[in-house]
Amino acid sequence: MSVDENMVRRIANLARIGVDDAELPGLAKELSAILGFVEQLSEVDTEAVQPLTSAVATTMRLRVDEVTDGGYPQDVLANAPDKDDDYFAVPKVVE
Amino acid sequence: MAEPTDLTRLTLAEARDGLAKKEFSATELTQAHIDRVAASDALNAYVVKTPEKALDMAGESDAKIAAGEAGPLEGIPLGVKDLFCTKGVQTTACSEILGDFTPPYESTVTANLWRDGAVMLGKLNNDEFAMGSSNETSRFGPVNNPYRGPQGENLVPGGSSGGSSAAVAARLGIAATATDTGGSIRQPAAFTGTVGLKPTYGRCSRWGIVAFASSLDQAGPVTHTVRDAAIMLKSMASFDPKDTTSVERDVPDYEAALTGDIKGLRVGIPAEYRVDNMPAEIEALWQQGIDWLKAAGAEIVDVSLPHTKYALPAYYIIAPAEASSNLARYDGVRYGARQQGADIDDMYAQTRAAGFGDEVKRRVLIGTYALSAGYYDAYYVKALQVRRLIAEDFTKAYEKCDVLLTPTTPSAAFAVGKNIEDPLEMYLNDVFTVTVNLAGLPGISVPAGLDANGLPLGLQLIGKAFGEEELLRVGDVLEHAAGFTSRPDEWWSA
Repeated sequence: MSVDENMVRRIANLARIGVDDAELPGLAKELSAILGFVEQLSEVDTEAVQPLTSAVATTMRLRVDEVTDGGYPQDVLANAPDKDDDYFAVPKVVE
Repeated sequence: MAEPTDLTRLTLAEARDGLAKKEFSATELTQAHIDRVAASDALNAYVVKTPEKALDMAGESDAKIAAGEAGPLEGIPLGVKDLFCTKGVQTTACSEILGDFTPPYESTVTANLWRDGAVMLGKLNNDEFAMGSSNETSRFGPVNNPYRGPQGENLVPGGSSGGSSAAVAARLGIAATATDTGGSIRQPAAFTGTVGLKPTYGRCSRWGIVAFASSLDQAGPVTHTVRDAAIMLKSMASFDPKDTTSVERDVPDYEAALTGDIKGLRVGIPAEYRVDNMPAEIEALWQQGIDWLKAAGAEIVDVSLPHTKYALPAYYIIAPAEASSNLARYDGVRYGARQQGADIDDMYAQTRAAGFGDEVKRRVLIGTYALSAGYYDAYYVKALQVRRLIAEDFTKAYEKCDVLLTPTTPSAAFAVGKNIEDPLEMYLNDVFTVTVNLAGLPGISVPAGLDANGLPLGLQLIGKAFGEEELLRVGDVLEHAAGFTSRPDEWWSA
């Protein structure tokens, strides 16, 4: 499977990574090479094989549903590029 | 700087014992390392140095030692991979996108180390978000291996934990923390003549470690000796309710497992690790390792791991898929370096375009593609199915043997710049290590010999899940049989 420039533009948009038109041919070539390498997986018969999502068999632990943390907005906001009072600030999203 | 002076030549076990006998103070031990770090900028191993913090911590250690309250790592100066969040000390995973991020919290693994008395020298360089095998994708530039090539050329220290391996090899820290997603502890250890241990998935908490691929990431130490790795793991490992995949299991005394006795132990040799074009000296070293373990009383067993060749292709779907999801958090809103945009979507796109390096972008794009509608089953589910077959290969092999012995890497350290333009060539570095992450098993790289150019080569031992005691016991025997004593020439000293 190879990807063309349109596909690179599409997945870059999905990934929210700005890509200049000039970068598209190079990226298409690189991603196609990686996907070509991965293509070997199709040789493996995986009929009836359950996908392995966790290397160590565990069941998700549940804890008591109670507040155990929080109450320090200054720490949470300490690294924010932009903030206003106790809120993260972003460019205007509604007119 | 001449030969390393006494206090920086010590192993962790020796330093611990010397401190206990009051042969020197934690402050003296720490100052010796601070001085050496300051004179070793040519290696670029440290990206943040914390000498004042180190001396404060060492002072506290001296007070505890005097009061008879020393912890297991009291007064031992360590370097910390920049992937571990350290409270009040800049942590960026060596990525531009994290700007000058300074965590208001401490990772569980480093908190465990400080609880046990260790001293922090600073943060160590790594590949950006731990994505790389040469430490060349860091925003802070490449790390140089303390070992140089035959023409005096700079070599990579391996990656992604290249700062950790270079720092320990150059004695800029008695040990270092590191992380391993596809080989990022073991391959750098092999390239620098150090010991690198990747524990079983779930043994060390991932809480507070910058996430790359969460089902594969695991923290471990880079050290001078196998004994030092055992001591470090005892402190790093813990059950942590803050990590849902942390395993609730007692942490054994790993050092006590180093009995030197492996009589009757069954060592598996996987046929599929004899890859095409394997350099003759790696093949010879592997045979040498077999002979050493046999001489120590182990039984050698031929085993098969038939899906080995599909491990790298599966990894290069699974790891990027998880990375694309994990790295979605870097959006310029809550932390890191924001770029301005025409609107909020453009702000995200510009922030991520400017903040991520080329390799990180490639992996996020591959992962996004593999998870996108129409490709999810063909790529992501397929890779997870193959992952199960790889894990089952190990389960079957362990019916016939107790540990596996393989080379750690298909080559010795290569020149800076050699593979960076060819991602696939770079990925092949992890051919012997990546299976272990996919199966969640523990693995250790032990320095075992030198190639024709005098560069270190490592042998890898792979254990059963939570079989670290056995793994370390065999590693200790292998280390003593190999008797690796090489040191790099100190070309880098200021």
